[in-house]
Amino acid sequence: MNAELLRVEDLKVYYQARKGLIGSVAVKALDGVSLEVQSGETLAIVGESGSGKTTLGRAALRLIRPTGGSIHFRGEDVTNLSDSGLGAFRRRAQGVFQDPYSSLDGFMSVAQILEEPLVIHGVGTHGERVEMIHDALRDVRMSPPEEMATKFPHMLSGGLRQRVGIARALILRPDFILADEPVSMIDASSRAEILYLMLELQRTYGIGFLYITHDIATARHFSDRIAVMYAGRVVESGPAGQVIDEPLHPYTEALIRAIPEPDASNRLRQRPVIPGEPPSPTEPPAGCRFHPRCPFAIAGTCEVVDPPLIEVKPGHMTACHLHPEPEE
Amino acid sequence: MSLLEVTDLTLHYATREDPVRAVDGVSFRLERGQALGVVGESGSGKTSLSLALMRLLPSNATGYGGSVMLDGQEVMALSDDEFRRQVRWRKLSMVFQGAQNSLNPVLRVGHQVAEPLMLENGARKAQARERVLSLFDLVRLPREVADRYPHELSGGMKQRVMIAMSLVLDPALVVLDEPTSALDVSIQAQMMNLLKDLKRDLGISFIFITHDIALASDLCDRIAVVYAGQMVEIGSADDALTQPSHPYTQLLLGSIPRLAADEPPQFIPGAPPDLTGPPSGCRFHPRCPYVFEPCDRDDPPLAAAREGHEARCWLLATEK
Repeated sequence: MNAELLRVEDLKVYYQARKGLIGSVAVKALDGVSLEVQSGETLAIVGESGSGKTTLGRAALRLIRPTGGSIHFRGEDVTNLSDSGLGAFRRRAQGVFQDPYSSLDGFMSVAQILEEPLVIHGVGTHGERVEMIHDALRDVRMSPPEEMATKFPHMLSGGLRQRVGIARALILRPDFILADEPVSMIDASSRAEILYLMLELQRTYGIGFLYITHDIATARHFSDRIAVMYAGRVVESGPAGQVIDEPLHPYTEALIRAIPEPDASNRLRQRPVIPGEPPSPTEPPAGCRFHPRCPFAIAGTCEVVDPPLIEVKPGHMTACHLHPEPEE
Repeated sequence: MSLLEVTDLTLHYATREDPVRAVDGVSFRLERGQALGVVGESGSGKTSLSLALMRLLPSNATGYGGSVMLDGQEVMALSDDEFRRQVRWRKLSMVFQGAQNSLNPVLRVGHQVAEPLMLENGARKAQARERVLSLFDLVRLPREVADRYPHELSGGMKQRVMIAMSLVLDPALVVLDEPTSALDVSIQAQMMNLLKDLKRDLGISFIFITHDIALASDLCDRIAVVYAGQMVEIGSADDALTQPSHPYTQLLLGSIPRLAADEPPQFIPGAPPDLTGPPSGCRFHPRCPYVFEPCDRDDPPLAAAREGHEARCWLLATEK
């Protein structure tokens, strides 16, 4: 089961943004990210807006072509494959996206939405495809499937639409699913239901998930490992419980403390906050990108030297000068 | 005397079929200097409640009624024009959800904050500017931000501008509709700290509307839980969070993934009802694990669970 499924190395995605009338400036959305997803595991990518987490997901599915670095999928280099060469990859790597209202075509019935990927990849006869559609709907607990298949998206609640999105990702029996904020638009009382469903499908089919979220609490409960991103870089990664309970990077620690738990005494005290705002991706700070906001910044080091991501405890990495590489 | 006393407030929307009963008989009080959290899922009617209080009614509004006593005055008796001149923004203001995107892109933000002062109060430009700058100090925005345009500001800064704007005519009560839902958690925490300061230092009262009960606990003295257009529970934040009486509140709390604990979050099966035809009896009964004989037949009354804590549930109403 623990075969390497997806490996990205030193991945970079730069966008060109217009500056002034004729100038342009590079937006470094993703600036040297390395990570891997094993089959059957969920890696959560946690970060705030602008951290590059969505860009990472889009690059991992090769929806965009990276500026630098490499992406290997089951050992095969897919970094620079052309659209026609990506066919086999696309069948094995699917996505579930944030907005279940705009990611489904309102003019297509659930059956048509689910059949489309099968048709594109030339799977089965029409009769076989109908069977597969019903199976996929049963997988995401939409019953009776014969009736659900005839519905149109506007007839479904947000939770049901997202289930259709999951069924669509699942129908080709992929090895890998990118789930980009799949529950952020779902009601709180139904959110866990969708996440449990994804967990169960992962176990049934041994799928590797890249779960992209701003919600570190769901990442704790629904992923095996967490990688925390800040300003286009991974600043910490490790086993989910360990990253939350014993964070190594000051940013991770501050992020955790910024989130309120339901507690009536919260209102009586100020919440510890990270001062300032995340840096501009066009001019990230020199050295460690978090140093201008970091309460532990070491003068002479943090603003000068970019800390590498190193393994501090088994499987638990961080990029921070507070945790220097042990001398050999 | 309470600052705000709302009794049986209703706001429905006309549709081609049955009306949407978005606010359906809501009653509560708010004391001076306190913050009330109104917690509910999407479609529960929490935003409609704020629009009903502000009397900012969509054109298909119908069935708008009930009593709203603000500072001893029955504001529902005022004409629209009187309400606009005497109440809205002066006694009661609001920060709308996603409001940071409603700033006028071609005007400097300081000017936009000053506008009501010049239009409504006839303040001179210099006076208005002085007031704007002191408001910017209050919401911890650098003064030079007043001369910038919205696109030059981050989301967090724009939200501070919106909070400054809500305070410009010195209202006693500010309704905040999901004021942090578009912000990152690190910026959200800064915003919550600011609101706590405004509450403590200026004695402003807040109605804080949110889908996130944990976030409500970061500011609010009392918490009201709304479900399908009705307030199903209201009590002190402590009681509502630690001894919730309504099964919906209990299950909602159980659905929050906790950072500090290993217990995995649970979920409430089913979905909130369609407000054009809410379920008979208790509106939560189709999703309630404790449903019994009267629940699908009769609407439960709001019954006292403890001193100052009420819930709309037959489990409570029949105990007595």
